[in-house]
Amino acid sequence: MSKMRYSRRGFLKTGTAAAAATAFPAPMIWAQEIKDITLRQFGTGVSNLNEVATKVKEDLGFSLEMTALDSDAVTQRAATQPDSFDIADIEYWIAKKVWPTGNLQAMETSKIENYDKIVGIFRSGKLTPESEIAQGTAPHTVGFVEGPGSTTFAAEETGYMTLIPTIYNADTLGIRPDLIGRPISNWSELLNPEFKGKASILDISSIGIMDMAMVVESMGEYKYPDKGNMTKEEIDLTIGIFTEAKKAGQFRAFWKTFDESVNLMTSGEVVIQSMWSPAITAVKSRGIPCVYQPLEEGYRSWGGGIGLSSSLSGMALDAAYEYINWYLSGWVGGFLMRQGYYSAVPETSKDFMSEDEWGYWFEGRPATGDITNPFGDVLAAAGETRDGGSFYDRMGAVACWNAVMDENQYMVRKWNEFIAA
Amino acid sequence: MTRNLIGWLQALPLAFVLAGFLVAPVAMIGMVSFWGSTEFSIYPAFQFENYRYLFSSAVTWKVFFATFKYAAITWALTLSIGFPVAFFLAFHVRSQTLQVALFLVCTIPFWTSNIIRMISWIPFLGRNGIANKTLIDWGVIDQPLEWLLYSDFSVILAFVHLYTLFMVVPIFNTMMRIDRSLLEAARDAGASGYQTLVHVILPLTKPGIMIGTIFVVTLVMGDFITVRFMSGSQRANVGRLISNDIALLQYPSAAATAVVLLVTVLMVIGILLRFVNIRKEL
Repeated sequence: MSKMRYSRRGFLKTGTAAAAATAFPAPMIWAQEIKDITLRQFGTGVSNLNEVATKVKEDLGFSLEMTALDSDAVTQRAATQPDSFDIADIEYWIAKKVWPTGNLQAMETSKIENYDKIVGIFRSGKLTPESEIAQGTAPHTVGFVEGPGSTTFAAEETGYMTLIPTIYNADTLGIRPDLIGRPISNWSELLNPEFKGKASILDISSIGIMDMAMVVESMGEYKYPDKGNMTKEEIDLTIGIFTEAKKAGQFRAFWKTFDESVNLMTSGEVVIQSMWSPAITAVKSRGIPCVYQPLEEGYRSWGGGIGLSSSLSGMALDAAYEYINWYLSGWVGGFLMRQGYYSAVPETSKDFMSEDEWGYWFEGRPATGDITNPFGDVLAAAGETRDGGSFYDRMGAVACWNAVMDENQYMVRKWNEFIAA
Repeated sequence: MTRNLIGWLQALPLAFVLAGFLVAPVAMIGMVSFWGSTEFSIYPAFQFENYRYLFSSAVTWKVFFATFKYAAITWALTLSIGFPVAFFLAFHVRSQTLQVALFLVCTIPFWTSNIIRMISWIPFLGRNGIANKTLIDWGVIDQPLEWLLYSDFSVILAFVHLYTLFMVVPIFNTMMRIDRSLLEAARDAGASGYQTLVHVILPLTKPGIMIGTIFVVTLVMGDFITVRFMSGSQRANVGRLISNDIALLQYPSAAATAVVLLVTVLMVIGILLRFVNIRKEL
């Protein structure tokens, strides 16, 4: 382990292999070997970006192979094919499903350099000491285990993490302000007959059911004791309301992948729908107005992190830890935050963003110049502010997290019926 | 004796291939359909829970009905388009070169992937798509037609577009084998063109129609992706039920549905084969 750090530092800071070789002859052999290491990472499209793999090769020397899949496929693979990956880039609710299979190994927080700087949401569950913990599968509830090999989650910080948090955001409804022409401020608008045949919801049960719950509560139909853990009756009620709406022709389509949601919105097939933040960005970058509308009831939030396959060991495991430390050290954070996500260690990302970008994305201040994403598309002009405001405004207004319920199997069946209805 | 043995040996490789890649997987699906499942794992068992749930759910019946509906309508349309096309190619086009050329023209769309052929309908049929824009420009309609996309209409349109060729090819093939002197005989005996078609060509083309029917029916009944994309996930057939179950890690339940679908399709084909002896064709 120590050898490894030694080498990377020596290698990177001097910048040339020759210098490294003369200064540290032994690690040079290792540095040769690390080039042969390939870590296979898979996850949802949001963070599986080739830019990250390229940068890893540049900074750390080893190769990262990325596979992007949809949430269901990710869950399936993590649960059934543990040898097909080294690093799982998954969401916390997926971790709740997958962890009991024993396919992932706990990570020692002592090996994580920036552990102390990780945002409170992922440690104590509280964003600020005064924050209330939202309903659903909050990341800290499935973030820790008692020790290596443990298949049940620990209630508080233990020194063994299931996932190292990397990326998260607060989700809400996306709207086409030009086609709606009036302010939208409640989740209940999704089922407003005014948008008959022009609404959409995502067809991923664990996420969709939470959007549904937000809508049902907003309509005043029912107040859930815990949206993230519904009873069978509550599931029937929630899906029942949406089945009725579906039969009445409220929905134009359901979407399952990011691109589908972008196409539905851009083509004007849909004017209000569940959406993910980068999808909004993608619509906007085509010059079509699209707002990630903050709503009175708050956000539905999600968080993702990196988990390590239980079959990972030796030098590959060391390389994985190197990768995690690098992930939290700022470059990726900046890269993700400039697309509208948040980094688990925001302060390290600050160095990789301009002051204006930091102000716009994190602090919710008006942009002073054009705000571009890492790919060069202009997302906002001077004077515009981010939908929903600052980090603390947005993450502080989270009403629930994507969740896996005790009655999940029942819910899944009902969901299947809803789709088929 | 030795001849017999050689015959068996010759059949052996194919028997192995079929056993390994057809019989074993189907048997495995049949076995798993009795297993139980938790959220993240499946465990061996022998229980009828999956089938009980399947048959007790009203959705299952609706979805099977929808599957048959898609198959029946698609079949009727592909046949009524495919038969005239094949007829034209076989009997009206006299030069063989032209015949081959026109036949190739029919297959041109198949040079691209069927997913692309399907998806390219979406911008055409959409609310602000080419079809609606044109109709509004012509003054035929004032409001865009909503049912053009994400409806049964679009699903069936895509099916017909994708599968008509599977009807044309076998019918064309059988028509080409019809002895032309039979047509002359019919004419000499005083039959009109229509009578020749109904009493001579149609009966002789039956095996081709049946093969096309089997292609179209099995393809439509087993499809899930066309229904998902063209209905915007708003409609379901059995294939989608299975794919949803698989996505949600409910393998035993998916296997049970697959077994029921397999049995249903086999029954449909069994009934079809009672009408026509397609061996004559092969």
